[in-house]
Amino acid sequence: MTDTQTAPIPSPAPAPDREPLLKVTGLTRHFPIRGGLMRRQTGAVRAVDGIDFTVNAGETLGVVGESGCGKSTMGRLVTRLDEPTGGKIEFEGTDITHLSAGAMRPLRRDIQMIFQDPYSSLNPRHTVGTIVGAPFKLQNAIPAGGLKKAVQELLELCGLSPEHYNRYPHEFSGGQRQRIGIARALALKPKMIVADEPVSALDVSIQAQVVNLLDDLQKELGLTYLIIAHDLSVVRHVSDRVAVMYLGKVVEIADRDSLYRSPMHPYTNALMSAVPVPDPRRRQRAGRERILLTGDVPSPINPPSGCRFRTRCWKAQDVCSTQEPPLVALKTGHQVACHFPENGPENGPEDAPGTSEA
Amino acid sequence: MTELQKTTAAAAPGSAPSSDPFLSVRDLRIHFDTDDGLVRSVDGVSFDLHKGRTLGIVGESGSGKSVTSLGIMGLHRSKRARISGEIRLDGEDLITAGPDRVRQLRGRQMAMIFQDPLTAMHPYYTVGQQIVEAYRVHHPEANKKQARTRAIEMLDRVGIPQPDRRVDDYPHQFSGGMRQRAMIAMALVNDPSLLIADEPTTALDVTVQAQILDLIRDLQDEFGSAVIIITHDLGVVAELADDILVMYGGKCVERGPAETLFDAPEHPYTWGLLGSMPRLDRELQDRLVPVKGTPPSLINVPTGCAFHPRCPYAALTDGRSTGELPVLAEAAPGHFAACHLPADERHRIFAEEIAPRL
Repeated sequence: MTDTQTAPIPSPAPAPDREPLLKVTGLTRHFPIRGGLMRRQTGAVRAVDGIDFTVNAGETLGVVGESGCGKSTMGRLVTRLDEPTGGKIEFEGTDITHLSAGAMRPLRRDIQMIFQDPYSSLNPRHTVGTIVGAPFKLQNAIPAGGLKKAVQELLELCGLSPEHYNRYPHEFSGGQRQRIGIARALALKPKMIVADEPVSALDVSIQAQVVNLLDDLQKELGLTYLIIAHDLSVVRHVSDRVAVMYLGKVVEIADRDSLYRSPMHPYTNALMSAVPVPDPRRRQRAGRERILLTGDVPSPINPPSGCRFRTRCWKAQDVCSTQEPPLVALKTGHQVACHFPENGPENGPEDAPGTSEA
Repeated sequence: MTELQKTTAAAAPGSAPSSDPFLSVRDLRIHFDTDDGLVRSVDGVSFDLHKGRTLGIVGESGSGKSVTSLGIMGLHRSKRARISGEIRLDGEDLITAGPDRVRQLRGRQMAMIFQDPLTAMHPYYTVGQQIVEAYRVHHPEANKKQARTRAIEMLDRVGIPQPDRRVDDYPHQFSGGMRQRAMIAMALVNDPSLLIADEPTTALDVTVQAQILDLIRDLQDEFGSAVIIITHDLGVVAELADDILVMYGGKCVERGPAETLFDAPEHPYTWGLLGSMPRLDRELQDRLVPVKGTPPSLINVPTGCAFHPRCPYAALTDGRSTGELPVLAEAAPGHFAACHLPADERHRIFAEEIAPRL
């Protein structure tokens, strides 16, 4: 994880020589489609279709992909808000794939979630004190100094004022609400936080505040993050490792620097070249060297055979439609599922679009 | 876009432009009476726009950028809205014009693309019916068949595959990117000279966003229309805009050609916006530099410079920022900023403190 060729910023994560905190193998979630008089299953939306990854303690794994690629479903499966249809989720070595709600409850202290929309994830009829204090009550873990004091400390930790205790969510701006959501997630001192698009509903200036807050909290409390986002620049900023998902599969997973310097999967290359760069000169200089993907993501009800990206891939050949490329490590810590990867180990990272000419 | 046009438009307004601008907005104020007080959504905004040029309006939510665009389209005719100032479209004042006249112009001379195509399109009518309606309102002489041919032609032009078949689809049968294309087709069906795009790509994935931005650029090259693009994403404006207007608290705080605005921004708020976004084209920073605090309430706009409570340099203005309203002053040819900081001081701060971090 820290053995990349060039790391401009030392990653805050400790070296993972232990068991990973979270280990996911072959995870699948198929949503049944029922039709006809007998409501028989006629098909399935293969939202998550066999993914493997691990998250080590103290690190941040970013998950990117377009809408509909299954990244949010994956987040809900990992936090067990949804029931997987197959595969295995191990948290600290314990299999939690099919634990019942009751058996899961003690573990909820360790895995918490931050939601995307701070407007719909806070109960409008509850005060901030009730919202942030709820985890303590639910877990019957009233802290020694009293509930109110603990909540106020949490609010301060997240950059809110302790006087906000008796206010209602509607009195806060989007950024402050997201802080309330973060305070609630931190209440029970979790080991891992799954954040589903934590900043995408916020304004740019507020987004930076929340990103910095997440950063500080990780350093202070030694948290492990699984951050799901569609914004590649935000993901680059927060993650130690990044997984790219396409149509229910992980197509590439690598150290942040390795991925952004020399993305190997054609899809990752296309995604990166599509990110608009705030530099008007680039428009004239670089022209339209960007890789334009045509069409839309295929339906997850009936995904393409073989490699799922082949229908939009400019490198696709016959083998891509018959054989599904396995996710293999082509470099240390850089796994990719492609028959014809770009920037392979022999090519060198020169021509990586999106990361050239700093 | 010839070089000549570029220089004239860059010099406007202020120095006398050689040709009349197609759209000219002077001291536009849009206030709303509410139970809580008067909301000054737009408070004295002026700009010019020539045909074939693109103006980007940037700002956080609540800065008045969308209200400005709806004001130009004449969509604030409620009793509670108080509009003053001047909006001249091709020499004709839209504020004093009657609602019927504005309705004639809307759709024909000026058209708008909205952020969320699912709510902007009627779910009950097919995409084709909606485009046909937009066409026939302004072309009463056209019969149904001609209008339908025109609708198919437009769908083809914006890149919908099999337009003759998809024309009879309902909006929900289109994907997000296709709906946005269909809305662009609807907006352009009458060859408007002014196109306002309000956050046209915010709801879309990056790969689709890149397609839509390319499409808007191509269509502008082809039809030579004037385009206003409203967004909070500096990357998107950098892709499209020739000139940029930065709004804060209902006022324009900085305006200038895109290149100078990105290379040598003058206003501390613009510095804040640039500093708070993570960028893929730069080396990774350890921390983002957010703007502290939150955007102001438009009912109680801070006195003096509306940005002063969040401005790290407010102390350097001898108290003028809290008491005195800064005026837009020309900082460089065609580049205006409303800031009390002396120009030398601003340039020094930017060169020493801001530029190295961007």
